[in-house]
Amino acid sequence: MNKIEQTIYNQTMQLTHQPSGAFSLRVNGQSAKQKSTNNIIIKQKQQKNGIDVIIKPNTQNESLHLPVILSDPGLKDSVYNDFYIGDNANIKIISGCGIHNDSNLTSTHNGIHTFHIGNNSFVEYIERHIALGLGKKKKLNPKTKIKLGQNSTLKILTQQISGVSNSNRITQAKLGENSSLIIEEKICTSNTEEAISNYNIELNGYQSSCKISSRSVAKNNSRQIFESNLIGKNKCFGHVECDGIILDKAKMYSTPKISAENSDSTLIHEATIGKIAGEQLTKLMTLGLNKEQAEEIIINGYLC
Amino acid sequence: MIKINNLSYSVKNLNNEKKDILKNLSINFLPGKITAITGSNGSGKSTLIKTIMGILKPDYGTIFFKDINITDFSITERAKLGISVAFQQPITFKGIKIKQLLEVAGAKSFNDMCLCLSKVGLCAKDYINRYYDSNLSGGEAKRIELAMCLAKNGEVFLFDEPEAGIDLWSVDNLVSLIKNLKDKTIIIVSHQQKILEIADEILILNDNGYEIGPQNIMLNKIKPIQTCGVLGDQK
Ligand SMILES: Nc1ncnc2c1ncn2[C@@H]1O[C@H](COP(=O)(O)OP(=O)(O)OP(=O)(O)O)[C@@H](O)[C@H]1O
Ligand SMILES: [Mg+2]
Repeated sequence: MNKIEQTIYNQTMQLTHQPSGAFSLRVNGQSAKQKSTNNIIIKQKQQKNGIDVIIKPNTQNESLHLPVILSDPGLKDSVYNDFYIGDNANIKIISGCGIHNDSNLTSTHNGIHTFHIGNNSFVEYIERHIALGLGKKKKLNPKTKIKLGQNSTLKILTQQISGVSNSNRITQAKLGENSSLIIEEKICTSNTEEAISNYNIELNGYQSSCKISSRSVAKNNSRQIFESNLIGKNKCFGHVECDGIILDKAKMYSTPKISAENSDSTLIHEATIGKIAGEQLTKLMTLGLNKEQAEEIIINGYLC
Repeated sequence: MIKINNLSYSVKNLNNEKKDILKNLSINFLPGKITAITGSNGSGKSTLIKTIMGILKPDYGTIFFKDINITDFSITERAKLGISVAFQQPITFKGIKIKQLLEVAGAKSFNDMCLCLSKVGLCAKDYINRYYDSNLSGGEAKRIELAMCLAKNGEVFLFDEPEAGIDLWSVDNLVSLIKNLKDKTIIIVSHQQKILEIADEILILNDNGYEIGPQNIMLNKIKPIQTCGVLGDQK
């Protein structure tokens, strides 16, 4: 990896070296390094780009890192990753994608991740996106499809750190009995960037639950669109909370929709968009910070 | 230390009529002295604190810090000069740890943090890694608001009802905390008898204006109100 690629790696993985455990590195549309373990088997797909990851039942406290780097400008990379997670597993998957592009060409990464999660499993999925370089066309489109078995939990943290000119994230999930999906989304856009985020969650199982919390900051002339639909088809609980800060001339659109198709569903949505609270700025200024320093601390905290 | 001259502040109500909140206040807050401000709800106590801190701009009048005219100074400039404030209602954040806020305020080490927090009756190890957000109880947030003000330090301390929301056991601690700042200029909004008793001067704000004088004289004037148990209108 060159210096730029290393920077992307460090930021998306929050690591400087290759971690222990299963690992699959993709650089410029090619699989660059791959490591399976006894319980986590990574197989290259035959028909299309991407991998199948088989996580055996009863796998405990293992991790899988999946960094993707696009440093060749103008590259369009689509990758299909399927995760088959067995019963009674406890696993952490860290994926991340970073683009570097100094040119006028468009770099695009489409990551289509499908989760097939068995019963009684706990999965934590972390996804970080970043784009660097002077180029204005750096696109990232993560699509996540989820099937959650009985009594299983999937916890997702998805984070768009900075520099991505366009992103369109789509998340679709079907929840089984007593399963729970927890999503935390953090998106920061600036300049003329545009980020779209769309969730479609079907609470099919008895006592399934979903909690989505989205926190976003839009600066300069950037635009963000958030749409979600929580569909209650059984006795279930769903909660969407959207909290946005807009600065400068940014625009933000939020449509958290809830659809109750069963009288035992409890669905809640909350959405707030606004400037940084004036009194928060004031408080920090009384501690001696100027307005810009105060804004920075508030935004960093908000997105941390 | 802090000298206000002919300070006036008014707001426009819903019918766009002018309503005076502070009217022609001239007061000299001396170094090493504690001035307690009391008066009925809505009489303008917090307004006065915010005006001194630069959060509200007076319609008229001047504010001096020593011999510097700070009337047009920003909040940040006043903070840097040495004015510290603890608000009546603590302002919380999202995702900011208590530790970070104490650092911003001026605490340089774990020891500094420990000192400020223990003065408000909190154990540093239980709190510094917690977020200063709405999950804290009202009393905890209030104590941390005070701790930040102590970490910030300075020559002038503005406390707006520091006792509100703090359990009774702590009132004595609060009194000693204030007493320990003895060489500073302290302006403290309070309805608490024990705090009024340690004040050198008491300022009473009411609808008709204000009255300031030595504690022993002023205390008698507010006694009837204090003993009736409610912070009602002063007749
Ligand atoms: N924007 C506004 N419009 C109308 N009235 C206002 C406005 N801002 C403040 N006031 C009024 O100013 C008055 C003084 O408020 P202030 O907060 O200073 O009172 P206080 O003495 O601190 O009261 P408390 O004991 O309840 O803390 C109140 O009557 C309040 O309603
Ligand atoms: Mg008040």
